[in-house]
Amino acid sequence: MSNDLARGTTDTAPSDADAAGEHVADRRFADRAAVLELDGVTKRFGETTVIDSLDLTVREGELVTLLGPSGCGKTTTLRLIAGLARPDEGTVRLRDETVAGGRFAPPEERDVGVVFQEFALFPHLTAAENVGFGLRELDDDDRERRVARLLELVGLPEKGDAKPDELSGGQQQRVALARSLAPEPDLLLLDEPFSNLDVDLRVEMREEVRRILKEAGVTAISVTHDQEEAMSISDRVAVMNDGHLEQFDTPERVFEHPESRFVAGFLGHASFLSGDVATDTVETGVGPVSRDVVFGLAPEYDGTAIDVLVRPDDLRATAAPDHETNGEVVHRRYLGPTVLYRVELDSGDTIACMHNHADEVGLDERVRVELTADHELAWFPRGEPRAL
Amino acid sequence: MATATETGRATGDRRLGVLLLAAAVAAAVTLPLVALVLGALDAGDSLDLLFADTTLDIAFNSAALAVGVTGFSVLLGVPLAYLTVRTDLPGKRWFSVLLAVPLVVPSYIGAFAFVYLFRPTGPLQAALAPLGVDSLPSVYGLGGTVLVLTLYTYPYVFITTRAALKTLDTTLVDAARTLRHTRWEAFRRVTLPQIRPAIGAGALLVALYALSDFGTPQIMRFDAYTRVIYSAQQYDLDLAVLLSVQLVVVAFLILAVESRVRGSGVQSDHPGRKSAPLRLGRLKWPAVGVCLLVPLFALAVPLGVLTLWLLESQARVAPSLAFRPVYAFNSAWLALAAAFLAGLAALPVAWVASRRSAASDSRAVNVLGTVVERGSYVGYALPGVVVGFALVTLAADTGDLYTSGVVYLPLLVFAYVVRFLPQAVGSTRAAFGQVSPALEEAARTLGDPPGRAFRRVTLPLVLPGVLGGAALVFLTTMKELPATLLLRPAEFDTLVTHLWSAEKQGYYGQAAIPALVLLLVSALSLLVMVRVEGSDVE
Repeated sequence: MSNDLARGTTDTAPSDADAAGEHVADRRFADRAAVLELDGVTKRFGETTVIDSLDLTVREGELVTLLGPSGCGKTTTLRLIAGLARPDEGTVRLRDETVAGGRFAPPEERDVGVVFQEFALFPHLTAAENVGFGLRELDDDDRERRVARLLELVGLPEKGDAKPDELSGGQQQRVALARSLAPEPDLLLLDEPFSNLDVDLRVEMREEVRRILKEAGVTAISVTHDQEEAMSISDRVAVMNDGHLEQFDTPERVFEHPESRFVAGFLGHASFLSGDVATDTVETGVGPVSRDVVFGLAPEYDGTAIDVLVRPDDLRATAAPDHETNGEVVHRRYLGPTVLYRVELDSGDTIACMHNHADEVGLDERVRVELTADHELAWFPRGEPRAL
Repeated sequence: MATATETGRATGDRRLGVLLLAAAVAAAVTLPLVALVLGALDAGDSLDLLFADTTLDIAFNSAALAVGVTGFSVLLGVPLAYLTVRTDLPGKRWFSVLLAVPLVVPSYIGAFAFVYLFRPTGPLQAALAPLGVDSLPSVYGLGGTVLVLTLYTYPYVFITTRAALKTLDTTLVDAARTLRHTRWEAFRRVTLPQIRPAIGAGALLVALYALSDFGTPQIMRFDAYTRVIYSAQQYDLDLAVLLSVQLVVVAFLILAVESRVRGSGVQSDHPGRKSAPLRLGRLKWPAVGVCLLVPLFALAVPLGVLTLWLLESQARVAPSLAFRPVYAFNSAWLALAAAFLAGLAALPVAWVASRRSAASDSRAVNVLGTVVERGSYVGYALPGVVVGFALVTLAADTGDLYTSGVVYLPLLVFAYVVRFLPQAVGSTRAAFGQVSPALEEAARTLGDPPGRAFRRVTLPLVLPGVLGGAALVFLTTMKELPATLLLRPAEFDTLVTHLWSAEKQGYYGQAAIPALVLLLVSALSLLVMVRVEGSDVE
């Protein structure tokens, strides 16, 4: 939807918005050693470029999520890192050692653990044998001890003798996690780790997996198309679209200060209010908005047209005397605790707003939409900034 | 998205190595076909034979046989399948097994029993003579051949139709009923169009079997391709070659149509949803009767006749034809050798077939993979008598080795591998298909190089499938008739050849023991099939 709104206008937020921000969470990892560096990595399947010149650095102890719609290249990125696929261009470095680009190290030489989407537990081996699979160098006693410790870590100390088909989905995932952690990999990759679980279990396992990863102190990259999952488990989120990295930042910043219309629309519901920048305010279809509320709006945008990003909870539609209204309800979706309205503003914009079903307005009613956000709003220029 | 394994150059080399191995297997099993085509080029002078009256007669006979057997098999197989899937027939599970059994019984055993029973001087005639029945309708010729072949091939239609009916969404039938269709109209307009591809696929397999079978027409003295090729290879090589080529071309056409038909089945959105089965009501017991009648003819008649022979056999033993355990031993070790080789040869072919279309493969490699897979299935299209004959002509070129007879047993084992490799490949391929490539990838990320990952993960998982396929080859080889007759060395007898010569010389009693052993083997092969193919029987 946001893509439709964005059509024909500039797609990326101005870079000074970036500079103005404080990377609070980011700083925690900034001075740590890089575990993984992707440099200009490109992958093609036949004529199709699946990943286009991707740069990405992941640091010690971080939990990074690659987030994007299906087909955006995130799983392929994971396979390139694991050595299960070979990049056509660019280099992959693990702990300063080049593993792809120039020389190519096969997966067994990389110290990268993978939790596969369908878990890929070996069906002919017990849970304990699965966990011990990668521990061939250890002698029997050491291996047994380590397997026991890992089953303990993932909360399945009793299930060592069970075959994979005797385990529930959540238990299978725990075993898969223990198996990949057993050889103490430099980097752990998780491919859509929760997509094979029931919805109820998913939320529980998210917390659990984050706990286990943090307890093991492992650097990890997870892949998902579920924005809620990405926000809730990651230290940093890398939003991907069509083989590109759109934004790589903390969950808060990615959500509140999206650097592109794609990111704005992919993370949560997004509407855009078109506005004209005046001296102290931005004139929009819901009235003048103070410049203070619009995040990092620099003077060179004075007198230009911009789009202000508003989320459904930033706006409120109420019944009002006719001369005070500024739009008409064109769609109403009852969601139980809340109601989502789509309002066509007199200015021509269509926005979504969501509120408690207590204050109800009806379909086709004229309403007054007000901005009620208590935080700064992101914005996107419609054209080039005016030269000062 | 990308599930293809494409790791490193070493893996690429390994893929290529396996592919070349598989290509070698495929090339080897197409050797009889190549020999045949070369023979046909040599026989170019005799091309007018193709249009001689006798040749046309043979073609007509075979066509009549194929059409007759196929038609009756559909008439028998489809209603039986419907009865055992969609009605409240008592003992459905039991019947679904029983009605499939005739498939694994060699039709030549049935042919023996029927000929014995119905021949002009046979027991039935003797029993009916006092009642004033002077002569029975002749068991020989087209009628008898169609009867016997139908009894042992209708299960192809029965099994494919059952599978389709079981996955059919019966709410579609319910929908048709609510749209004012009677049961029969609903069957004709909803059910039938959806199971038609399955019926067609089964029917084509029946036609292929009817054309390829040698034992039944030979015993029932009906001049189909296989019988004439068998006798012609002794006096007119050119004729045998040309008839073989004709037969193989027809067989390939049938298989080509079959593979197209098989893919065209309609998939419903909710396969397998079941509404209440059709109540048979007063028709229940007549239906049970019909379901019993077919196995009565196909199984009980031969079994009864064999028991009769066994009881009689002690009376008049021709010493030269007495059964000796070495025959069973010969059968067993030949079958074991064939099973071992087929199981081994199936590995690279099945691997290539199930792990094709990796993104890293070039077009040429992919094309080669397809050719290899198709090539390994050539045995399906080659009737046993043709494989045997082609290898005999090949052996004749080996000069001294041929005259000394050394090449015969290796060639015989090779003939078995050519004919039954598809069974081993099918089973092994299915096993590979069950093993997600992610498992091997997981092993790689846990530190195993490709070879070790295959040994520790994939091999243990596919082993049951490989063994199942080899077991099927073993059991089918035990029953193989035409290639064994053509390629066995003089004085070398197996269960099948002993049975054959005893019958030919009228010493039926001597045929009882080998025939009963072969029936036992047949029962075992059904068990293996049910296990290997996940079974349609439940």
